[in-house]
Amino acid sequence: MKKVFQTLCFMCSVRCPIQVEVEDDQVISIRGNPFVPAMNGGVCPKAAAAIAGLNDNQRVQSPLIRTGERGSGQWKRVGWKEALDYTADRCKDIFDKYGAKSSVYCERANLISDISKSFQKAIGSPNHFTHDTVCKGSINTACRSIIGYTDGQINADWSNTRHVILYGRNVFESIEVKALNSLISAMEKGAKVTYIDPRASITAAKATDYKMIRPGGDLAFNYALIHTIIREKLYDAPYVERWVKGFQELCNFVDPYTPEWAEPETGIPAAEIVALAREVGRSKPAVAFHYGYRGSHHPTETYFRRSIMILNALMGSIENPGGIFIKKGLSDAGYSAGLRKFSSQEFPEMEDKRRFDGCGQDLFPIADPAHGVGFMFPHAVLTEEPYPIKVVFAFRYDPLMSNPDYNTNLKALQKLDLIVSSDINFGSTTALADVILPESFFLERSDPLQMGSGLKPAINRRIACVNPRYDTKPMWWIVKELANRLGVGKYFPYETAEDIWNYQLADLDIDIEDFDAKGFVSLSDKAIWWDREDGIKFKTPSGKIEFVSELMESNGIPSMPPYEALENNNGAFRLMCGRCVAHTNVMTQNNLYLNHLVPENPLWINAKRAEELGIADNDAVEVESEAGKATMRAYVTDRIHPEAAFMLHGFGHNAVESKRSYQKGAPDALFQSRFYDKVGGSPALDHSWVTVRKI
Amino acid sequence: MGDYLITTNPERCIACHSCEVACKSENKVPLDATLGKIVVLGPKMVDGTPRMTSVFVPCFHCEKAWCMEACPTEAIRRREKDGLIYIVENLCVGCKACIMACPWHIPQWDSEAGKVVKCDLCMDRIDEGGEPACVSACPTNALQFGRPEALSNSTREAYAQGLLERNLSAA
Repeated sequence: MKKVFQTLCFMCSVRCPIQVEVEDDQVISIRGNPFVPAMNGGVCPKAAAAIAGLNDNQRVQSPLIRTGERGSGQWKRVGWKEALDYTADRCKDIFDKYGAKSSVYCERANLISDISKSFQKAIGSPNHFTHDTVCKGSINTACRSIIGYTDGQINADWSNTRHVILYGRNVFESIEVKALNSLISAMEKGAKVTYIDPRASITAAKATDYKMIRPGGDLAFNYALIHTIIREKLYDAPYVERWVKGFQELCNFVDPYTPEWAEPETGIPAAEIVALAREVGRSKPAVAFHYGYRGSHHPTETYFRRSIMILNALMGSIENPGGIFIKKGLSDAGYSAGLRKFSSQEFPEMEDKRRFDGCGQDLFPIADPAHGVGFMFPHAVLTEEPYPIKVVFAFRYDPLMSNPDYNTNLKALQKLDLIVSSDINFGSTTALADVILPESFFLERSDPLQMGSGLKPAINRRIACVNPRYDTKPMWWIVKELANRLGVGKYFPYETAEDIWNYQLADLDIDIEDFDAKGFVSLSDKAIWWDREDGIKFKTPSGKIEFVSELMESNGIPSMPPYEALENNNGAFRLMCGRCVAHTNVMTQNNLYLNHLVPENPLWINAKRAEELGIADNDAVEVESEAGKATMRAYVTDRIHPEAAFMLHGFGHNAVESKRSYQKGAPDALFQSRFYDKVGGSPALDHSWVTVRKI
Repeated sequence: MGDYLITTNPERCIACHSCEVACKSENKVPLDATLGKIVVLGPKMVDGTPRMTSVFVPCFHCEKAWCMEACPTEAIRRREKDGLIYIVENLCVGCKACIMACPWHIPQWDSEAGKVVKCDLCMDRIDEGGEPACVSACPTNALQFGRPEALSNSTREAYAQGLLERNLSAA
């Protein structure tokens, strides 16, 4: 008997709506949810490969307690009771001595994040962060500083755009299926795409115009673009007049940054910058300067992302069809309440509210505590500032491979008293864990409902399609069981996923059965746009778009600091990292099909530079930075700027259990120095220098 | 291709290989066998501009089916109603004559089973009113499946509509 489920994917964090066909408890096909037109019925290769992930015998198959050295691959297979008792007992011993604040909970932001945050609040630790901080903490901060919303609360209106400008936002490889289809369809109707990246990715090949910029040159490029737009009065004057605070300050600020000034800094001819300014000026306001998905490249990240949002504001594109829109939620759709949150319960007062990362506090006053500053995790462990960290709950997040500077991360993890990991596969942090509490695969579990804010808001549901293949559990169950053992079970008033759904829906006139037909409940038939003359609810202190940001200035952070020229490092390459369509961060490299598609990560280097170094395509090369050294294969190409080198993120796994990905390629984290953006809190993952030598 | 065609729209194709992965995953094809293959050229620099293009190459289900003619055991057959060429698995002796006979060497080798596997355009799905896995999994609708006459009509329609739209917005 075939059964069909509408659920949410989790091969990556986009969480596309999918349709899963099941026969005899086996998944037989995965497609886009047919009730979501922009999915086009299709899936990315990661979702297509999810069946292999589900049935993989290299998964973590039961709770495990380490018996050998950390990382030795020696485990004792145990039942859930023993694993949870062990974890809780160890925690109690450590918390008695150092307090619960000595624990840090890190996770891939996901549907149970509300429950994870509740767990830390319940046990009395202020320390929770998500992988978002490492990926895009600075975009989040930049967006809040200028419009009062995070990057997660806005989106580009791909379908209606006339011109999209992408700064390394590799939309055709690091894909979101709905956005991708909407953009391709817009391009068929004549929309233009300008793609700016030191590396000619697939998106570069698809774009109407590609600019091979110097690595790190984007900020100078934008300042020159803004200069031209203002000088030639190409901006949307009524919109700027109505909504912008600090326009005159911006005019003064960009005055010296002419296109001619930017030419050597960016490698882009001044005339091209002027031409782009004029072109977007003609197409406005249906223009979207995309603020980025991953935005953790350089120490000036917050200012670069702000410059993108300034361009959108000058185009009058924020809250305009074809530009950038603010996502609408339940209240905008006429509902008086939202999904009820577990984390809104009243929790006991914390003894010490200082966070390990100083996020929202002394060190990073304007970074977002909802995501934290994960970059500080190894630093806090090693320095014991502001206090000793002894326990990490690494739940579906791999701090070893995802933070820059692998060797420092490793030292920090080894210093911990207890590493508790929850993972589907044996990731690199998981391989070091003291205890593994394996989560069920997304096709095997139901999760809390997802608020799908957007132009047409909806609530989405992930539902279990098959029974667990192995002895694994949903994370909300694992967290509750741990909470029970730590004496705080009362904050998790549920036994089943249905209980969670009913709790979330308690204040709404929506029944869980309403999700059965399509997998989601739509809250609005038509797109909700605010009146751009008078109705845009910017959440800044002034209610305006703040070029001069109150959030920043009141914390002693300048809104428009003078530009600092890029350094040169003769002979070295600026190392960039990025994604391909086959893999998600460090999670998928061991998947049977995805490993087959992209098994390792070579180092891209420019053909002329390679020739000077005597390096031919496919040669083994030694790659070295101040942080680390490894051997890789060279990919010699004219598709990369001479000053840049590039590698895919997520390779070089060290878990022996992940046999396909074990030691394939090298981790980018190995070469990344501990550069970071002091304002937004993101690491600067594309800022390190490497030298390359033929072996 | 029997009575059907799969066409590729290289403008929409992003070389993501969902087509191949879905085929392998759902048809339980051995890892190294690729029944329908997306062939990608690029991205490569052409006069300073990055370009790429692609074409999907499944089995063509030829009218003159070299593989079928070469098969000594009549394991390869043509379906009466729509001309699809398929293999009766238990009749295949693994001689590989079909692989050699096919001008494109499209039949694939299953080393574990010691038999040949080939694309049957997911004929079971077609019989249920569906499309081959490669086509239906494609995230961008770059692959289109249908009867040649219907495809010709829809492609012309889509192309000309786009042209008209551009003319209209340029005006």
